[in-house]
Amino acid sequence: MKQNIVDKVASVAKISLTAAEKNKFEKDIKNILDSFNELDSATVTRIKPTFQPVEAKTALREDKEESCLTQKEALANTALNEKGFFKGPKAI
Amino acid sequence: MKYENMPTAQFIKESNNGNINYNDFYRKFFEKLKEADKKYNLLITQNTKKPTITKGKITALPLSVKDCICTRNIKTTAGSKILENYIPPFDATAIKKLKEQGGVIVGKTAQDEFGHGTFSTNCAYKIPKNPLDPKRSCGGSSGGAGGLVAALNMPHIAIAESTGGSISAPAAFTGTVGITPTYGRVSRYGLIDYANSLDKIGAMGKTVEDAALALNIMSGHDPMDETSINEKVPDFLTATKKDIKGMKLGVPKEYFSEKIDDKIKNIIWDKIKHLETLGATYEKCSLPTTKYTIPSYYIIAMCETSTNLAKFCGMRYGAAEDLKGRDFNEYFSDIRGKYLGEEAKRRIILGTYARMAGYRDQYYLKAMKVRTLIINDYKKAFKKYDCLVSPTMPFIAPKFKDIEKLTPVENYFADILTAGPNLAGIPMISVPAGTHQSMPVGMHILAGHMQEEKILQIAGATH
Repeated sequence: MKQNIVDKVASVAKISLTAAEKNKFEKDIKNILDSFNELDSATVTRIKPTFQPVEAKTALREDKEESCLTQKEALANTALNEKGFFKGPKAI
Repeated sequence: MKYENMPTAQFIKESNNGNINYNDFYRKFFEKLKEADKKYNLLITQNTKKPTITKGKITALPLSVKDCICTRNIKTTAGSKILENYIPPFDATAIKKLKEQGGVIVGKTAQDEFGHGTFSTNCAYKIPKNPLDPKRSCGGSSGGAGGLVAALNMPHIAIAESTGGSISAPAAFTGTVGITPTYGRVSRYGLIDYANSLDKIGAMGKTVEDAALALNIMSGHDPMDETSINEKVPDFLTATKKDIKGMKLGVPKEYFSEKIDDKIKNIIWDKIKHLETLGATYEKCSLPTTKYTIPSYYIIAMCETSTNLAKFCGMRYGAAEDLKGRDFNEYFSDIRGKYLGEEAKRRIILGTYARMAGYRDQYYLKAMKVRTLIINDYKKAFKKYDCLVSPTMPFIAPKFKDIEKLTPVENYFADILTAGPNLAGIPMISVPAGTHQSMPVGMHILAGHMQEEKILQIAGATH
């Protein structure tokens, strides 16, 4: 994986990387991806992918009102709140 | 009353009969807990408040909980700096059930950040040391759990979690018992995801009965988790005492390959021969897809973790900073870059890459299809055998100085015997089988989906 690809992927994943991390990951990731190529020899024609290992019957919850977190509890884990709302970075 | 080396069942009996002086017991217990933590770095958070006693199936029994499982009003970090000050306002369903039956949460155990590791060396906090040899790893990612079970000689069960072998590995390396149930047997509600289609809450203890007892309480359908299985839960404790006469064991040749330490293979063969004397029969068999388990597991786990961990971005909970006019791209990237550890970043980057346009079919979809082949291999085997048996780990607990030298690819190889069963979501248990170089060796016992009773039956007979 070339460094410009590491930059692109890190940008998609929203992770700032230092120059040292970029260099390290570039090398590590190439080796890891090479080791994943073992899968190339597997024949998977007409094989369906498994997204969940055990089939769970669709189990919807009963449609009834339940208690949930209070506003105070929901906001208790951040200092970034204002007037009872979460505060976040600017989007525009 | 003497509590040292008291079996869990006896403690519960004495507790329910009113024979335990809880002030006295917990004073001694917390002393030993603090001492073990000081020596071996096993806890991220100690909870040594005077407990409220509730009567139930495990009245006043001390429980430690892996730090990725939410515990109400007790700090829960999943081993990451990005959740350093997170205090959940709710209990995971498994914890709620254990508390309702009298369990007392005594602390949160050390782990690899978000479960990303096999040796508990990818820790944002302290690195747990193996109580049997502090120069060696406890295994991971539930290293603190395994280490604490090994270090404490008091009644205690550790609640742990496995994604690719994170219960079995520390059980093998610390000489303890670790059970990982079928995917969906125990609710994942309140478990901080590493990889949602692989994560399973399980238990570790000194005995097979301890593991079965905790699983009895935690199992069952939970409307709060749509992947939770709605099936009757049998009594797992009864299974541990059942005769194994007539049970058929499969011994996969790929799990005894030249990559596995010869001494370990011999110890497991001795154990298999012992099971034969108790009436079980065995046959060598083959799981041809074993060579695909490491790449398939790591691709799926990394893809899932790259989405599961997207929520940790410095808002609502966890690490946060003054916004300083930064836009969301800058702010989220800065927070994640600063507070996520190296292995978490590596796995997120790889998982994001493997899901990107142009690579998705080559990596992610291919791994998901190979996963089907792996599951089919196990299903075929379990038509013929009640259980499969093998070593749990390819080597004994490694020394930290040797772990440091491993490349990521060599590191991932350590999961060669545990990644397959975890990908398939089948139940597994690791039990002590002997020692090599004075370190414990674990035997891994696997069975088909929802067949926990069978692995417990064989495990019970190994003692």
